Amino acid sequence: MSTTDTTARQSTDVATTISTFTGRYVSLLPTFAAITILIALLVGAELYFGNFLTPRNVSALLLDNAYLMVLAVGMTFVIVTAGIDLSVGSVMAFTGILGASLIASGIPVIIVIPVMLVAGAAIGLLIGVLVQYFNVQPFIASLAGLFLGRGLAYVVSLNSIRVEDPVLVWMRTRIPLGDFYIAPTGIIAIFTVIIGALVMHFTRFGRTVYAVGGSEQSTRLMGLNVARTKVMVYVISGLCGGLAGLLLTAYTGAGYPRNGIGTELDVIAVVVIGGTLLTGGRGYVLGSMIGVFVFGTIKTIISFMGAEQSWTHIIVGVLLLVFVVVQRAIVSRSQQKE
Amino acid sequence: MPLSSPCQYGPVDAVKPIVELEGATVRFGAFTALDGVDFRMFPGEVHSLMGENGAGKSTLIKAITGALPLESGTLLIDGDPVTFPTPQAAQRAGISTVNQDVDLLANMSVAENIWLGREPRRFGLVDNRAMRHQAREVLNSLAVDIDPASILGGHSLAAQQLVAIARAISVDVKVLVLDEPTSSLDTDEVAELFRVIRDFKERGVAILFVSHFLDQVYEICDRVTVLRDGARVGEYLTTELLRIDLVQKMLGRDVAEFAARERVIEPDMPADPFLSARGITSTPGIADADVDIAAGEVLGLAGLLGSGRTELARALTGVDRPEDGILRIENREKRLNSPRQALSLGVVYSPENRRTEGLVPELSIQENIVLALQAQRGVMRRIPTARQRELVISWIDALGIRPADPDRKVRTLSGGNQQKVMLARLLALSPRLLVLDEPTRGIDVGAKVEIQNLVGDLADNGLAVVFISAELEEVLRVGDRVAVLRNGRVAETLPADSLNADILLALVAQPDLPEA
Repeated sequence: MSTTDTTARQSTDVATTISTFTGRYVSLLPTFAAITILIALLVGAELYFGNFLTPRNVSALLLDNAYLMVLAVGMTFVIVTAGIDLSVGSVMAFTGILGASLIASGIPVIIVIPVMLVAGAAIGLLIGVLVQYFNVQPFIASLAGLFLGRGLAYVVSLNSIRVEDPVLVWMRTRIPLGDFYIAPTGIIAIFTVIIGALVMHFTRFGRTVYAVGGSEQSTRLMGLNVARTKVMVYVISGLCGGLAGLLLTAYTGAGYPRNGIGTELDVIAVVVIGGTLLTGGRGYVLGSMIGVFVFGTIKTIISFMGAEQSWTHIIVGVLLLVFVVVQRAIVSRSQQKE
Repeated sequence: MPLSSPCQYGPVDAVKPIVELEGATVRFGAFTALDGVDFRMFPGEVHSLMGENGAGKSTLIKAITGALPLESGTLLIDGDPVTFPTPQAAQRAGISTVNQDVDLLANMSVAENIWLGREPRRFGLVDNRAMRHQAREVLNSLAVDIDPASILGGHSLAAQQLVAIARAISVDVKVLVLDEPTSSLDTDEVAELFRVIRDFKERGVAILFVSHFLDQVYEICDRVTVLRDGARVGEYLTTELLRIDLVQKMLGRDVAEFAARERVIEPDMPADPFLSARGITSTPGIADADVDIAAGEVLGLAGLLGSGRTELARALTGVDRPEDGILRIENREKRLNSPRQALSLGVVYSPENRRTEGLVPELSIQENIVLALQAQRGVMRRIPTARQRELVISWIDALGIRPADPDRKVRTLSGGNQQKVMLARLLALSPRLLVLDEPTRGIDVGAKVEIQNLVGDLADNGLAVVFISAELEEVLRVGDRVAVLRNGRVAETLPADSLNADILLALVAQPDLPEA
């Protein structure tokens, strides 16, 4: 066999490999982009400041953003079905202040924590039922959830309530891992991400979530339970809201009814930056975790530079814009192929 | 003509029907969609259901696949009376359906599209590897080579159709219902599908093949049941039924054979074209295409799927901007940058996919027709309601849109009538050149003839028309001249009179000679 033959064959092999790869993993591209940006940010900051990638900073990244990560997991479920949940910030505030006030009135934590989770899930259920059975736009239904959550938070208390309970104090203790440390809140957040990813990729429910995001009509015709799936994603998001309320209360040592104003938008931003399409059908829980790290890193860089924190939102906004455009390009390219 | 009895069915006369419908009646309010229809299918046969739109074909399919309950009458499977509350129940009984519009999920993998809802599991979790493996087996049994792990949306419509069939047969299938499976496939792909159908037939599966393409029905089907206005006209062996008789039974009237239009213009290239394109290149799709279209003629575009039919139409009408080439309209060089600008020069385009690119299904007939006209005038100069009404009613009349109710939502119309609404919208703009991309796809024979005749009338009234169709006979019937497209080039332009279907097929299918 001549050399040209071999080369030709090798190049077709490479071509098939590439087409197999793009055929399979196009939807991973935005997530790869997010990872690239995260690495670029970390490396860039390290080169610029010289003392950025310290164990302390890296550990703080998880500790400071644990609640955001939990919210992002829930939001990923919702956005993959092509929905949206604006209520998560106020659900977090409500369950946080509810938990703090229950603990302050002497109810044991073992009861308070389930109550917080159930309260979050209940608001999620309400939104899900509105969306599915009353045919309300997710934007509107979850906006109602946002006002409801915030209102309920103010009903519970207008002021911050300190929490001295040993369990919650323990949740923010820093467990050293060499030079690094991790707090139970961070472990919970990581666990939530892992469970979320497992549910999304290895359960029928999770696959149905993607199917609904692809086409509700087709999913129904395939005999899958669309109604239950759509309600469930909001319940999951609400549950994550409740869990985030717990983490935030433990982290700050207090419940405060004005917590998390605007957090829903941060959450949507990190989910989109992590590679989830707002139009549904594509996205990864692990990508959302990367999105949270990107967000957290930008925040840390801003405070390192001593600049105003509002710059975080400006930069996140620009990133979001870039990502939405990139996603658009990917989607329209894959549609052209048809 | 006497009905054929089971004994006429040759070798399987001893076989009992697998599906039997007796006196099936379905009503929607006052409207009777099926009126005491008898229907049966035998194992190992390909059966066709023929009829115009509204004849009750889809209702009958829904009745045997569990999508609609019967008001009266019985459904027997293997001789036992059954009722299917849901399509899933029918599927469990071995009746699978592949719908006209591929109802799959473009965002998910091929394997998932086949197994979704029935994924193999290990320890309660979806076993992706086993799922891919089983998907590969099903696809292999169809002898198609598609990577089960690839995302479905990246594949051609034909491949997606095969995946839909793979899903349908991944259960133990006894009856396979294919509703218009070939409407978006080209010749090779149809052949591939037929190979798969014959394979199932061998295995004793009963196949219900519903198609508007008579050629295909005659090629693949053993028997045909004809419906008209919700009632059964009869059941025939395809070998014993002449095509002209079949059409006559479907239409219920003598076919006014497609009146051969008097051809006005016959020169190879018109001397004074309305539009003249040279060297149009637009990647991907067309390269160096030359086209001339004169007022008062119909130029048929014939070519296989992927030959550049649609791309050429889009490049001529400002939808896509060609990279290269010169476009002259009435002898003046123009660049078309947008459909809006093309419209200002009198060039309009009716897209291939009327449902997603053309009509707004949730709006009424009136709103759909007035839409483009209003857009052309600008928002500030609203057409008065009374004038709109008058206009719309005149178009409904002229094109015979049924039901003739301007407030009817377009979603509820049949394919043929939707197409007429689309045409009315474009004609309301008083165009000079009308580019029709597959205007008769997926509509019934009667409506097809009407649209074809309409196109002829329009040309007789001085309009220049480009008519694209996958059906070569239709291109010949309607076109004055036929441009043959191969691999993105206009290979030849010939007067339609000098061609017949066989010659045209040979031209279309001819491999391009390698370039020197």
